[in-house]
Parts: sequence; C-alpha cells; structure tokens
Amino acid sequence: MQEKQEYQVRSTDAVCVNESQLKDKWYSNIKYLIVGISFGFIFVKAEIVSWFRIQEMFRFQSFHMYGVIGSAVIVGMISVWIIKKFKVKSIQGEKIVIQNKTFNKGQIYGALIFGFGWALTGACPGPLFAQIGTGATVVSITLLSAILGTWVYGYFRDKLPH
Amino acid sequence: MNIIEFITQPWPWYVAGPLIGLTVPTLLILGNKTFGISSSMRHICAACIPAKIPFFQYDWKKEIWNLVFVLGIFFGAVIATQLFSNPEDIIVSEKLVNDIKQYGITDYSQLVPVDLLNWESLITVRGFIMIVIGGFMVGFGTRYAGGCTSGHAIMGLSSLQWPSLVATCCFMLGGIVMANFILPFILSIQF
Repeated sequence: MQEKQEYQVRSTDAVCVNESQLKDKWYSNIKYLIVGISFGFIFVKAEIVSWFRIQEMFRFQSFHMYGVIGSAVIVGMISVWIIKKFKVKSIQGEKIVIQNKTFNKGQIYGALIFGFGWALTGACPGPLFAQIGTGATVVSITLLSAILGTWVYGYFRDKLPH
Repeated sequence: MNIIEFITQPWPWYVAGPLIGLTVPTLLILGNKTFGISSSMRHICAACIPAKIPFFQYDWKKEIWNLVFVLGIFFGAVIATQLFSNPEDIIVSEKLVNDIKQYGITDYSQLVPVDLLNWESLITVRGFIMIVIGGFMVGFGTRYAGGCTSGHAIMGLSSLQWPSLVATCCFMLGGIVMANFILPFILSIQF
C-alpha cells in the first residue's frame, strides 16, 4: 500500500516513470550511461544544443531543427507502433508499458513558460547538460537555476491551476 | 572523405533526427524506460533538497537510471567537443546573423554564443535575465507542463498522446513569442 502511494507521487506530472518489477544490480545502469553518451554526442554534432540553432527555429529561418524533431518523432512513432504491434519485450523479458498522459492545464501554462525559457537560454533540459559539456561552464548556473525552478514548482504545486 | 572527417563535420538533420528517435525504442527495450529528461531535475530535488514537500517525497533511487542518462549526455558532449569537434565556425542563416549583429553577437566559434552567455555577463541585467531567469523558466515550466521536448514532443508524440501535442504546441508558441517579440528588447539592454 505504502509502495503504491510512493509510486503515485513519483509518477505525478512525470512522463518517464515506468515501474520495473526487477531489482537490477547497480551496473545495469551502465547501459543508460552509454545511451546518454551517444545522445549527448549527437546533440553536439547536429548542433541541436546551439543557442543559434534554437533562434533560427523560433524565427523560422532554418529547417534544421524542424527536420531533427520531425524525423525523430516519425522514427519514434514507427518504433512504438512496432513494439506494440509485435508485443516486443524488454531485454529482461518484461512487457513494455507506455503510460498514458492525462491532460491538465499545466500542459498549457507550464509549456508556455518553458517555451519562453527555451528561447532565452537556447536549451531545453537535455541540451543544458550537453552545453556544459561543450565547455560553456556558465550554463551550470542556468542548470542550477532550472533545478531551483523545479523545486519552486514543487513547493507551490498545490496552489497552481492544473 | 575519411570516417573522421565525416564525424567531425556538422551532422545534417536527417542523420541526427532518426538517431534521436531511436532513443525511444532503445530505452524501452533496454529497461522498459520511457524517454524523458526534465524529470532528472526533479530527482535531483528529491535527492538533495526534498524539504518535506510532498511532490519530492518518493524513492528517487528507483529513477537513478535517469540521472545516469543525463550524466551520459554531459560526457557525450565532452567527447564530441574534445575529440571530434568541428574546427569551423557554426554556419547559421544569414538572416539570423544580420538580426543579431546589432546586439554585438558576432562570435560563432562556439555552439553557445560567447558574446552573450559568459561568466562576466552573469552580473549584467541582460546576462542575468538570459541565464538565471531563463534557466528558472526552463525548470519551472517543464515540471509544470509535466515534461520537456524529449518527454512530450518526442516520447509523447511518438506514443500518440494528445496532451503532449497540446504541450508541444505551447512550447513552440512560447518560444516564438519570446524569440521574435520579447528577446529583441532583452538583447538591446546595454547593462
């Protein structure tokens, strides 16, 4: 019962929660490190983490970012369709579950606020980590501020319209 | 062209986009994990400063994969920059170059504009707004929206979730309004 409550809190307003029933060893996390490294590598090589590229996108001056996000979504969609259609299991043999999102007004208000921040900093959360990796050390302040923003949201969560 | 030259040049969208899209099935198959990045910042809050806030009262260790993943993103960027970096300036649309020249942004040697975002600029009004307030809006907004570009735009749209479509449209709308109508004023602040 307590565990169920814990899961409820953890999965609140979060997309990436999937409860694995398996208790993995610590080194099973290395695979996520490798996926992360390749992801960060692509981020930099395709200049997705560039402030300039984000400005181009929002000013409709280049197709680059639209091409990246659009083709990523199409490949993701086809992959999810294949996984569902053929009931592909995870390598541990678990059934793959994708949680449905429920709508709340935060997806409008919060998303607009994030959009403002995205155009200012030239980064969404993933690229923040990558920008620091490219040597732009001042972005660590942006990241700390983003963590603070997350905390402040948690603090005022009950008072905000959802 | 040899393989190193091929890697060091900037990658086109049709190479990078599909590879990013493949992260979705890779994480699902590797460990039944749904792709999302902004949650990592929530886990950091839960781990470091939960402060009895109900929203942070959960077992963050169960989501440690997400923190390992973002650490990987950092290292991936380090490797790409240190070993396979493109020695040329980043090439962007001429329109953008003309638009932002007037604000003293002319250095295209780094992905993050050094004229704009650096430690000295942090104590100027312009830099403070772009770094500190911008960062705050990224963290606050993504959590309020329940996800960021990865969780909503890529993972959410891939699995046909309509709330994610609403969120993605609002991300874009917010960004378009900021970049075109508000940012020019912020960039013109001289102090």
